[in-house]
Amino acid sequence: MSDGGAAKTASPPLISFRGIEVVLGGKLILTGIDLDIRRGEFLSVVGPSGCGKTTLLRLAAGLLSPTSGSLSYEGRTIAEPQRDVAVVFQDYSDALLPWRTAAGNIALVYETLGTPRAERADRVAAVLRRVGLGEHADKYPSQLSGGMQQRLQIARCLAQEPKVLLMDEPFGALDAITRQSLQDEFLRIVAETGTTVFFVTHDLEEAIYLGHRVIAMQPRPGRIAATHAVDLPYPRDQRTTPELPEFLHLRRVLLDFIRGADA
Amino acid sequence: MRRGQRRLPFDGRALVVPVGFLVLAEIAARAAGYQSSSLPWPSEILTAGVGALLDGSILRATGQTLLSAAGGLAIGSSLGLVLGALMGIFLIFHRLAEVTIECLRPIPSVALIPIVLLIFGLGYAMEITLIAKTSFWPMLLLTIAAVRGVKPRLLEVAKLLRMGLVARIAKVVIPAALPGIFVGFRLAVGAALVVAVTVEIAANPLGLGYAMMRAQEALRPDLVFAYLIWIGIVGWLINGSLVAVQRRLFSGAPHPSEEPAQ
Repeated sequence: MSDGGAAKTASPPLISFRGIEVVLGGKLILTGIDLDIRRGEFLSVVGPSGCGKTTLLRLAAGLLSPTSGSLSYEGRTIAEPQRDVAVVFQDYSDALLPWRTAAGNIALVYETLGTPRAERADRVAAVLRRVGLGEHADKYPSQLSGGMQQRLQIARCLAQEPKVLLMDEPFGALDAITRQSLQDEFLRIVAETGTTVFFVTHDLEEAIYLGHRVIAMQPRPGRIAATHAVDLPYPRDQRTTPELPEFLHLRRVLLDFIRGADA
Repeated sequence: MRRGQRRLPFDGRALVVPVGFLVLAEIAARAAGYQSSSLPWPSEILTAGVGALLDGSILRATGQTLLSAAGGLAIGSSLGLVLGALMGIFLIFHRLAEVTIECLRPIPSVALIPIVLLIFGLGYAMEITLIAKTSFWPMLLLTIAAVRGVKPRLLEVAKLLRMGLVARIAKVVIPAALPGIFVGFRLAVGAALVVAVTVEIAANPLGLGYAMMRAQEALRPDLVFAYLIWIGIVGWLINGSLVAVQRRLFSGAPHPSEEPAQ
């Protein structure tokens, strides 16, 4: 297995799953999970619905404890959300505070972190500018389009200055054009900040387009079935990257895999 | 409603039915030469009402009733809010109190008049106590429901930001539940007015209810009717302003009623 660009094998993994099993309501949801999320890597997770990819993300977020096995973050075993781990959900309209403006939603992070009052406004403005919402600071979420609401949720996560971004099908509810532009913008932000990303999606092409590595999962019970390195150069390009032989090959492999898992 | 225009805060056509009815009743009564010791002509009711307005008696009585209602409402609804929030957030409180609540709630406020009279005697204290008891319930039950109904996703966001319990309640749970809590408050206000007037009619020598009883004892049906209509108008004005407040508070930052494009 070869490594993706920014991932460094030398440094210890940022998040590591060891022999993890999750049982919920008497049902085996995940089994035999051994996985390292490396510093600076963009790790995509694909799989049919019910394969436990969201459960995997909730484990990493500290929202769920494994039934057995161990989960460590920077070498420490964790059981609760960490300050520098941020989560972007698919349902942006439920994840934003509808009674706070865009700026107010970001300010929540600084209020919670105890950032000095005097610094907050500047930092809020800077984060909003970074995701292209500089002009919309005073709008309420309901006054923003779906794509803008998702940018706002991403901005709120960036305000945490996370080491890891956990994303649960963040672009799944958006139309194709908005999705593509957000993918590129997001890759640019990730490249600038060096954030590690754990990206759950059901869209194979999105997984390949964004990631250094793609993990394929299978359901009943949920498990990791295959890991593929993505040997495609960054920056990636919506027009040319999907035409590269390696992209097409990987797409074919994953497609066969998903079909096989469904059959 | 367009801004910058002087207009009634309601559709003027709504006046057609009541005004039309009164005018017709007046015409019919005069034409038939109707006389009664219990059902006065609309014009007599109007005269009595204007008289009571001018001599200040109706306003004084209104002040007494509203003061009691406001006092009871303040006590009852704030208790309901705090306990409702606790029970909505911590399941254990709800479990502990559930049976007690369901046993106490069906007791009519009026049935408590004897015991409250024994404790406080006549006056504001007993009336306020009964109103507090009445407005406590809708506030409690709707606050519990509203807090329970806060989207789990929002609670997860608060958890992921590692917000403390107090911040989580003050910045996430309560604001998210506020539209539902306000519905409880409106119900509490309505109940408070009803109970205030009822207690005044049944026992307490204060306010609009008592004024109506005195008019009845003085054989002044015109004045009784004038008070009745006045109570209706006061209730309508209060509810109207609450609806306006509700609109102002919760439609500026509306909860996304329409789903964004999927």
